[in-house]
Amino acid sequence: MIAELGHYALVLALALALVQGSVPIWGARTGDPGLMAVGTSTALAQFGFVAASFAALTWCHVVSDFSLATVFENSHSAKPLVYKISGVWGNHEGSMLLWVLILALFGALVAAFGANLPPTLKATVLAVQAWIAATFHLFILVTSNPFARLAQAPFEGRDLNPILQDMGLAIHPPLLYLGYVGFSIAFSFAIAALIEGRIDAAWARWVRPWALVAWMFLTLGIAMGSYWAYYTLGWGGWWFWDPVENASIMPWLAGTALLHSAVVMEKRDALKVWTVLLAILAFSLSLLGTFLVRSGVLVSVHTFANDPARGVFILAILILFIGGSLALYAWRAPALRQGGLFAPISREGALLFNNLFLTTICATIFVGTLYPLAFEAVTGNKISVGPPFFNLTVGLLVIPLLLAMPFGPLLAWKRGDLYGVAQRLIAALAVAIVGMAAAGAAAGGGPVLAPFAIGLALFVMAGAVTDVVERTGLFRVPFAAAFGRAAGLPRSAWGTAIAHFGVGVALLGIVGETQWGTERIAAVKPGETISVRHYDLTLDGLTPRRGPNYQELIARFTVRRNGEVIGVMEPSKRTFPVREMTKSEAALMTRGTSQLYLSLGDTDAAGAITVRLYHKPLVLLIWVGALVMMAGGGLSLSDRRLRVGAPRPARPKPALPAAA
Amino acid sequence: MTRRQRRLLLIGAGAGVLTIAVALVLVALKDSIVFFNSPTDVVEKHVAPGTRIRLGGLVKPGSLARGANLAVRFAVTDGNREIAVAYAGALPDLFREGQGVVAEGRIDGAGVFEADTVLAKHDETYMPREVADALKKQGHWKGADK
Repeated sequence: MIAELGHYALVLALALALVQGSVPIWGARTGDPGLMAVGTSTALAQFGFVAASFAALTWCHVVSDFSLATVFENSHSAKPLVYKISGVWGNHEGSMLLWVLILALFGALVAAFGANLPPTLKATVLAVQAWIAATFHLFILVTSNPFARLAQAPFEGRDLNPILQDMGLAIHPPLLYLGYVGFSIAFSFAIAALIEGRIDAAWARWVRPWALVAWMFLTLGIAMGSYWAYYTLGWGGWWFWDPVENASIMPWLAGTALLHSAVVMEKRDALKVWTVLLAILAFSLSLLGTFLVRSGVLVSVHTFANDPARGVFILAILILFIGGSLALYAWRAPALRQGGLFAPISREGALLFNNLFLTTICATIFVGTLYPLAFEAVTGNKISVGPPFFNLTVGLLVIPLLLAMPFGPLLAWKRGDLYGVAQRLIAALAVAIVGMAAAGAAAGGGPVLAPFAIGLALFVMAGAVTDVVERTGLFRVPFAAAFGRAAGLPRSAWGTAIAHFGVGVALLGIVGETQWGTERIAAVKPGETISVRHYDLTLDGLTPRRGPNYQELIARFTVRRNGEVIGVMEPSKRTFPVREMTKSEAALMTRGTSQLYLSLGDTDAAGAITVRLYHKPLVLLIWVGALVMMAGGGLSLSDRRLRVGAPRPARPKPALPAAA
Repeated sequence: MTRRQRRLLLIGAGAGVLTIAVALVLVALKDSIVFFNSPTDVVEKHVAPGTRIRLGGLVKPGSLARGANLAVRFAVTDGNREIAVAYAGALPDLFREGQGVVAEGRIDGAGVFEADTVLAKHDETYMPREVADALKKQGHWKGADK
């Protein structure tokens, strides 16, 4: 009964989305405030019904209602409760329901907090949002009904794929979807602007917080997914250039470009048509990501069981929205009033430089990801484009971007002084060179690229610090005055500096892990020792243990550093009887920002167990950097100027006593 | 600087970066494309020794043999032909006889596939699409035709 209610709620949500997609925009065209207001109530109600539907599905998973096909295929009564809940979106049907839930949530947020938007813009934005929602509701109801019943209810479920039985699944997809789907708001604003044929600096001011929220969640979602892959897949990789990872990094790059170009639009009323295009692209790439993951056209670790009918349906959605929005753009963009041109050496010039490189990097990843598809369609041969392609292209294109990064925030608007900025960055450059030399000396030969990349990372970090120092006048004015200025600095300025600093931190981690990481693979028997760097690990013994829905073999290793015991690592190997699958649980030991990583392989006939041992220097900085970036975004979001829904005085009020 | 000059500079910079990117993509693609082959493809197309390829098929039941120093040998079959694979290292969790596998590496002079990467991304309902297609081609596909 609960399942049928959930199904029915989803049908009602579709009906509401159809109303929301037509009535408010009709009201906006005819100037009828009553019709326009329908958007707000339907958006809120639609969210309510999707949430009810999602709650119903969650309930069915929690009580293990195996008469539902999705529950039967992905759950088991012995599964821990947290995985019963996260298992709701650990399959195609449920994850699509989560997708529309978040879509409806964002629509409802615009409805609830968009009181300061012009009514016609708000009505149009909500209508566009509803078009997206309606197609995805239809997609779920027609091809991927999570509430489909089995004719005969089995007694026991088939359990969730063991790789997905992890806290990572509970957190990663919702965060990623918040990011992906968050860009739908920027998209709806862009389409609304094109329909209305009007765009101004205020538009950028409304769009930026939404884009920033989406960007923050996407940053966190990608970082979280990367850490999950790192500890769960058992070979210590944190980025594979897997199609699905590429699908998440592309909207991130486009979204990052959007955040920067929206600043230019807001401050200087320029780059307008370009910003609209980026808003369309960011969400189109999110849709493409959904298509790549859900249709299974590309071989990936993320693909669930597939159904071609779904692929065709999503492809149709893709063509409708991406093709439709780009056609609308081509038709209407010339009608938008163009902004002015500006001097190349200026803040806006630097932001344009950023956009140029971010979009180019995004385009090369796009080519590398989709080339195998195009190649197969044309020649019939299957190929794969591997990490070397992405490492080379992205690695080279990112260097100018990072080199320019410290310059951007220091340049003045309109006309900057490159020489002056370079002088102010002397200290940062000195830090970078000292770091480069130190890294080169410490590595003692080794890869040439590594010290250079360390220098680059330090330059970016020191550049961000320089930005704050310059703004507060630290070292130039008395400390108290500098402190006062720091307190008065707009939070968005702090946000910029912190986010840029985070990029440098992440880069340090990437360089440390990829250039100086060491790996040992060996077969060890109890009593034997394997070593990496200064660490010696002795296998004390193997113990079997029984978990809630698996059997486990735990290997206990004593870790010594230069002969001194510093701890114990216990990697294990789990066997899940229901799916007859095994899964290694790696053991991690954190030393500062570096980690020892140990995972188990097979046991051979002689009783020796294969282990993979890695020493990963600075690896934690990769994710710490992402968190710092996100913190910068959050700080920027809390800036009064950008606060979602904060009332903005349209014009300075006359100084009257507040008598009313 | 006049408006015209600024516009030219802007277009020039954009075109410059794009040109560099396109050149980079072409160079990188040339060196990093890896073709996927089934054992039948390898035999019939006479894939030259030393060419980097991906080999996909099923791990032949009973063919897995472990040697010293983590050396592993197994055969990959598509039901028609089979290729012997040599690999040194730890096999993925999901590697099992009779299941789909994709190995990346080179064929040596003796016709043995020297793999440096072994991927087994599947569970009982999912098989790498490339492998499924290769098996379908040989008429040995037994799974439900989804």
